[in-house]
Amino acid sequence: MTVAASTPMLRRHALAATALRDRILSGGVPWTLVIFLLMATVPWLGSRYDTFLASQITIDALFAVSLNLLLGTTGLVSFGHVAYFGVGAYVCGILMKTYGVPFSLAFPASGLGAALFALVSGYFCVRLIKLYFAMLTLAFSQIIWAIAYKWNAVTGGDQGLPEIPYPHLDWMSSIPGCADLSIGARFYLLTLVLVAVSLAIVHHIIRSPFGRVLTTIRDNPERAAFLGINVRLYQLASFVIAGGFAGLAGALYGIFSRGVFADYVFWSKSAEILIMTILGGAGYFWGPPVGAAALVWLNQVITDYTQYWSFVLGAILLVLLFGFPGGIVGGLDMLWQRLKRLRNA
Amino acid sequence: MLEVSGLSKSFGGFRAVSDVSLTVDTRQIAAVIGPNGAGKSTLFNLITGHLRPDGGTVRLDGRDITGAPPYRICRMGIGRSFQRTNIFSQLTVFENVQAAFLVHHGRGRNFWLRADSLYREETAALLASIGLAAQEETVAGTLSYGNQKQLELGLALASSPAVLLLDEPTAGMSATETHETIRLLERIAAERALTLLFTEHDMEVVFSIAQKIAVLHQGHIIAEGRPEEVRADPEVRRVYLGHGLTHTQ
Repeated sequence: MTVAASTPMLRRHALAATALRDRILSGGVPWTLVIFLLMATVPWLGSRYDTFLASQITIDALFAVSLNLLLGTTGLVSFGHVAYFGVGAYVCGILMKTYGVPFSLAFPASGLGAALFALVSGYFCVRLIKLYFAMLTLAFSQIIWAIAYKWNAVTGGDQGLPEIPYPHLDWMSSIPGCADLSIGARFYLLTLVLVAVSLAIVHHIIRSPFGRVLTTIRDNPERAAFLGINVRLYQLASFVIAGGFAGLAGALYGIFSRGVFADYVFWSKSAEILIMTILGGAGYFWGPPVGAAALVWLNQVITDYTQYWSFVLGAILLVLLFGFPGGIVGGLDMLWQRLKRLRNA
Repeated sequence: MLEVSGLSKSFGGFRAVSDVSLTVDTRQIAAVIGPNGAGKSTLFNLITGHLRPDGGTVRLDGRDITGAPPYRICRMGIGRSFQRTNIFSQLTVFENVQAAFLVHHGRGRNFWLRADSLYREETAALLASIGLAAQEETVAGTLSYGNQKQLELGLALASSPAVLLLDEPTAGMSATETHETIRLLERIAAERALTLLFTEHDMEVVFSIAQKIAVLHQGHIIAEGRPEEVRADPEVRRVYLGHGLTHTQ
């Protein structure tokens, strides 16, 4: 406590000392705010289709950031992260559609539900390491998929849960400029705010002492244990937090796409989110959101020209993995460092 | 202080450590020596909870710690360094030691403070005392081998252990680096009133600082005592013939 109490000055000092690169890439005020404001103008400046794409990017960004808490921060490779996304989507969808629960309750409930399931499945997963851990996460996600597909009475089975209602967003009419926005655009703005808050929380967690402990486990679990860290317990905590935020992303996605279907929980979605994360750069906080934007955008552009989207995606990944192992953000970072050195020289 | 009695461990029929007993007194500097494969690292791993013994007990200050998980044993006051260097390679030197302080002070569960603002003075002081102050912003994985060994020592010291176990602290070092490391260890052991147990294959190192030596051979302790007693032991001479022991006299 003594240290914490005497830190305002130290903290200012620490903040000032943070490298420029850090400020620009992770959590610095100007850039994050600029991007947030730019994203917020999409419903006015762009088409309905642009709003649709921006929604997808925003939700995928949160989903990928939650995965990266495991991959980039804790060093755990999950092949089944979609399970928690799916649990969140179903919890929110079922509560809102079947029971008429308002969004303001259903949304946090979906995060809690997903976190709870992550606690149960994670309890078993963190007992295994590396590939075995990854395979067990995959197994749990397939269990969720099977339940979603077969439990007709609750999940709607292969018919899914169509027509999940939008939250009540009439109150937005009183905000200047929002009166003419469609319900889809309004929900996009709500999504943007909720995702921004979630990202801020995850960012803060990564910077906290707890987050530092996770990075020591990522780098060297054996050594971490001999600092006095209960490695499995921290891995489980990270797993639960990641699951919870994936659940929030799932809840938003179910409403955005007007329904929750078993397809959402299929394992290929886990792979897609892993690709986004690696494409953007797992070593950076802003890697996964950049990866999400790149993948959603590329998907649109390329499918206009060719139906061989997977082929192009594979080629891009190949180039990236060999040429820029740090992903898009890692590549930009490298370029930036080089420019800085040139300027200083 | 540290009391090992009747410790045994087999790997698929091979008895790596067999009925080993060893006592290290408070503030004593003790060494375990022996040829490669004698069971030194296994013995360390048994003491620090990385391996479960088949039989025997480990006591710290009279408390039975046999078979406790490594993170508990660390919290009870045993620090260790590893033979293969073990640091957090993607973090900076400063972040490495700072993390060790965070955990030692029980802040690991804290979600709301910023890690980089905590224990800065303690970290800087420790880095200065182990001679790494100039490299604090260096990413640990890019340090020279000798510096990585120093950093590992720093990680162990940050949790203020009462007993420090060092597995070959000078392995792979040049003669100068070895000399510096030994002086550093001596100074730190004295400053912090540490009990030190280390393994080493360099006989010169062992005889220059150890107050007590145990000789491990094929999993058994064949001699134990003050350096001059061990040096005079006929069994030790037989095992070590041609291993440089005579040169140090």
